Amino acid sequence: MTHELEAPGEQVVIARKSVWRRLLHNPLSAAAIVYLAIVVLVAVFQSWIAPFPPERVVPTLTNVSPFGSEYFLGGDRAGRDILSRIIAGTRGGVLSGIIMASVALSIGIVFGLIAGYFGKVFDNVANWVFSVLLAAPGIIILLALYTLVDVSMPVAMAVLGVIASPGVFYLVRTLTLNVRNELYVDAARVAGLSNVRIVGRHVLLAIKGPIIILAAFLCGGAISASAGLEFIGLGNPAEPSWGSILNDAFANLFIAPWQLIWPGLALGLTMAALVLLGNGLRDAIEGSFIKPSLRTWRAEVTGLAGAAAVVRTLGVRGASKAQAGSPETSHLLQIEWLQVGYPNGGKLNPVVDDVSLTVDKGEIVGLVGESGSGKTQTVFAAMGLLPDNAVVAAGSVRLDGAELLGLPDDEFAQVRGSRLAYIPQEPMSNLDPAFTVGSQLMEGIRAQSSTSRAEAKRLALAMLARVGIVDPARTFKSYPHEISGGMAQRVLIAGAVMGKPHLLFADEPTTALDVTVQAEVLDLLRDLQREYGMGLLLVTHNLGVVAAVCDRVVVMRLGQVVEQGTVREVFSHPRHEYTKMLLDSVLDHTEARSPLTEEGGPSDD
Amino acid sequence: MTEPLLTTEDLVVTYGRGRRAHQVLHGVSVCVAPGETLGLVGESGSGKTTLARAALGLAPVSAGRILFRGEDIAHVGPRDRRRLARDIQVVFQDPYTSLNPAMTIRDILTEPLVAQGVPGDKARSRVLELLDRVAMPANSLDRYSREFSGGQRQRIAIARALALDPTFVVCDEPVSALDLSTQRRVLDLLIEIQERTSVAYLFISHDLAVVRHVSHRVAVMLRGEIVEIGPSAQVTEHPQHPYTQRLWAANLVADPDEQERRRQVRAQLNQIAADAATLSERTTP
Repeated sequence: MTHELEAPGEQVVIARKSVWRRLLHNPLSAAAIVYLAIVVLVAVFQSWIAPFPPERVVPTLTNVSPFGSEYFLGGDRAGRDILSRIIAGTRGGVLSGIIMASVALSIGIVFGLIAGYFGKVFDNVANWVFSVLLAAPGIIILLALYTLVDVSMPVAMAVLGVIASPGVFYLVRTLTLNVRNELYVDAARVAGLSNVRIVGRHVLLAIKGPIIILAAFLCGGAISASAGLEFIGLGNPAEPSWGSILNDAFANLFIAPWQLIWPGLALGLTMAALVLLGNGLRDAIEGSFIKPSLRTWRAEVTGLAGAAAVVRTLGVRGASKAQAGSPETSHLLQIEWLQVGYPNGGKLNPVVDDVSLTVDKGEIVGLVGESGSGKTQTVFAAMGLLPDNAVVAAGSVRLDGAELLGLPDDEFAQVRGSRLAYIPQEPMSNLDPAFTVGSQLMEGIRAQSSTSRAEAKRLALAMLARVGIVDPARTFKSYPHEISGGMAQRVLIAGAVMGKPHLLFADEPTTALDVTVQAEVLDLLRDLQREYGMGLLLVTHNLGVVAAVCDRVVVMRLGQVVEQGTVREVFSHPRHEYTKMLLDSVLDHTEARSPLTEEGGPSDD
Repeated sequence: MTEPLLTTEDLVVTYGRGRRAHQVLHGVSVCVAPGETLGLVGESGSGKTTLARAALGLAPVSAGRILFRGEDIAHVGPRDRRRLARDIQVVFQDPYTSLNPAMTIRDILTEPLVAQGVPGDKARSRVLELLDRVAMPANSLDRYSREFSGGQRQRIAIARALALDPTFVVCDEPVSALDLSTQRRVLDLLIEIQERTSVAYLFISHDLAVVRHVSHRVAVMLRGEIVEIGPSAQVTEHPQHPYTQRLWAANLVADPDEQERRRQVRAQLNQIAADAATLSERTTP
């Protein structure tokens, strides 16, 4: 996570790991790369490597067993060395892979980029052509070609490449469509770049990852396809290939079944290596978090923060009872010495560092800080919703005096449903687009209590009316995309307040809303909070929001609480330098800029 | 006022065609003088971003004119657009998506220069100068945008916009994705650059406090039309149009007492609006 400190030129250094290094770090893809490199080397230098010419016939060594003679892997039915033939066949396999993949990629990328970027007529026509190509029976076309004209293996692979190109086309087209509307593409247009340059530099660079991955899989497919064609006898009989060696072995199935092993092994290993490389590339380029096993994770947490942290982080049945002896508190929510961190290179990287704060019944507390201050992490820790790789190293979170940290997931879920509720920042992305507003509200009601459908619907409609939605019945039947952002936030508030929670968490609840809507939603939150006597912990970066609704304010910076007090006290007499700096950054009281001089023309200074 | 730099005359922008046509701007006329900042406020869907995109040649103009130094640029082709790129530039709202993640800062800053045919060695020294102007260290050049914070990325986006010494820069919500303290510094940087180079800004924001800090004049947009335009202090302190008044009352300030006062004004305004609604209901049978 990056955050800007006071100095404007402050560097945020992130360890930059290249795709290559990440790829080699993964043992499976490293092995695949080594294997494929060997295959390519063998293909290039085959005539030096092979112990015998592939066509050398020694009749006495016909079908000789492996490891027993000068033919290390045995001899085939014509008395030729199988090892030499497999080595000789490498070139054909590698070539087929390269030819087919490059034909499919060039066609698919060029047309996909043009169709995706320019759209319109070209897109329609290209879509149509590639759909036809996709529907065409590839193998039959190829066999027909073989019967009509004499086709060499490279040409056959090129034809297969054309047949496989729709896959590339559709991938590239979709990726391009997504990138086309990115702001940096707009910026390039404004900078006066030609379309060719924009497509070549900005679009292609941005979508290269998935294409590289697809290329690895395409090579694998091509090698297996060429082997298949050679196996059914469509290759050049004068040149040994993995498919034809397999075919020879197949003819010998009842005499020397072991002959199938070697070409099978060569093919299988190569394909497996390409698939593993593809998967490794995907992980390296797109970056995936691999969840460790519970036991490893437990050991890691213990190593980082001690055994007690395991309970807090993972939750243990009966943990709340074990800690029930802790002193009673009169606060609704009491967070004490909370520490949350993420493992990074064998150390715990703290994001919440000794945070203590309280929320009383009927009180609104603002939790203020800039990005990276740990305010959201604090709230997520209190709700038991931290990401899987977070470690709650120390501290306690008590609701109505009962400890929440260490509760197992199902017990925590029960607390969240009944006594805790949460209003998120992005109302739209927190409603499921596939269900109506009404059904989502009813689902929440019925998950908490055994209410009948009719009763749940009545409650939901009443709540929608309460949060100021003008036509509750219509909104109830609407899908999320049919309502505005302000309405969506009201719906989420209705859902959160429905279960009459004791404590409400709101994470930047109005940041995504328009100014006028924001003021109304804040008024609504305040009214509901008073009506139900809830405690409300409101996370925000906006000091105006704090001034509008909060009773007390807690200021956080870089994971620590720097100052807290009543809003009036802190805003009029900030004690900490950071709070002062924040308040000084507010533009409310700065002079409005005066118009340029009456005579016109900008001043020269 | 002198000869305006950029003028829109009855500008109409329509997205889509035929039955799906959707008119976003309904005849907008504004002008920006050289070296001036025109602030543009309004809520989402009011058309403020569309107006900016039309000036940049990124939105379809279906009627009206956009004059830049007297030349109509509403429908110019790619060749003229490239020439205009020297004069008209942009800083977008989201510093996370406005910089290509696959390019180094050096490539990002050099690109507009190279596109205009600036020779390599000149471009290299220009890039260093630009970084210095936005107070970024020179060793940022070979890094990628993901290695920088939001405020730093926005500085880089500003440097890119300044690369060709433009006379007009569209700033589309340039600070709304930034932290409070960063926001202030980026705004002051924009003002300082304007004072030094006499560049004109079309500055879009939903935040009245931000707009009044940087704008000489402010225009208020509502549903594709300008409803109020005037000197910054007048529009943001003594708004005339009912919508601007509502906007003013809804704008949050970091002062509990002032906030309470505005809450009351808001309630009054709502009351007036409600009264007007009932009145019109009664008078229209």
